[in-house]
Amino acid sequence: MIFVTIGTQISFDRFIEAIDEIATLVDEPIIAQVFKGSYQTKNVKTVDFLNPDEFNKLMEEARLIVGHAGMGTILSALKYEKPIIIFPRMASLGEHRNDHQMVTAMRMNELGYVHVAYDRKQLKTLILNKDLQPLKKLNTDPSSNMIDFIINSVSKT
Amino acid sequence: MENKVKLLAVASIGGHWIQLLRIINPNNAEVSVTYLSTHPKCEVMVEGQKFYTISDFSRWNFYKLIPAFFRALKIIQKERPNIVVSTGAAPGLVVLLAAKFLGKKTVWIDSIANVQHLSLSGNIASKFVNQTFTQWESLKTPKILYAGNVLEQ
Repeated sequence: MIFVTIGTQISFDRFIEAIDEIATLVDEPIIAQVFKGSYQTKNVKTVDFLNPDEFNKLMEEARLIVGHAGMGTILSALKYEKPIIIFPRMASLGEHRNDHQMVTAMRMNELGYVHVAYDRKQLKTLILNKDLQPLKKLNTDPSSNMIDFIINSVSKT
Repeated sequence: MENKVKLLAVASIGGHWIQLLRIINPNNAEVSVTYLSTHPKCEVMVEGQKFYTISDFSRWNFYKLIPAFFRALKIIQKERPNIVVSTGAAPGLVVLLAAKFLGKKTVWIDSIANVQHLSLSGNIASKFVNQTFTQWESLKTPKILYAGNVLEQ
């Protein structure tokens, strides 16, 4: 199963439309979590809001995650050690307030955590690649160092 | 430990919340944590721990920050945290403001999504909180600290 997600804040029709088109070439189920879009999918099952536990369950069951370049999406895919393709939102198309998703995508790709598609053609090639593997792993432990450092340093202020 | 540090940890649903959960370590015996988010369903991810919600808002429906501010005051007065920490977004900023107003120590941890510069909320927070953290070493300044990030740790 491929789990597609665009987060909980803003619609992302350009992406969902591309996914819907690519879906005709894919031989496994696709579930897309969408948000307030106007585009109606023909080939993909969509769901609106997902509770965090439902969201995590789909993350766990999926073979592949395809999403916007939101950190919630990226961190969740990494946590479940799934390969993830991200498709950044562009501010010039009204898909976000600014282009931080483009920068996040580039940096996360440089650091070796995610596959990135910047256009529909790259998205199609990556989704149709059946051998896409999870990349670098997250450290499994939540950090005690970071929060300890923060508590110590604020306690001194 | 008799004098446990009481932490109020605040984040909006989505990436901010997921980052907060990776940073806060509930198993630390010297810290007790209360969580605050913008959606009741976030509670399933911190089961068995104290959890509150405030209403969500953004720059598009700013008027909602007034009731959120008063609700935050109430929660802070009840829980009496030593430190209030937020990973964003705008609702976290309002909670930090309420915490500051009540004389609590306040910390802003900017989202790792802000690679090139601090977020708008982070910039505002840095004007009044005790400490502001970035998750990118390249953005560190004498005033904006770096203590690692949710990826590496």
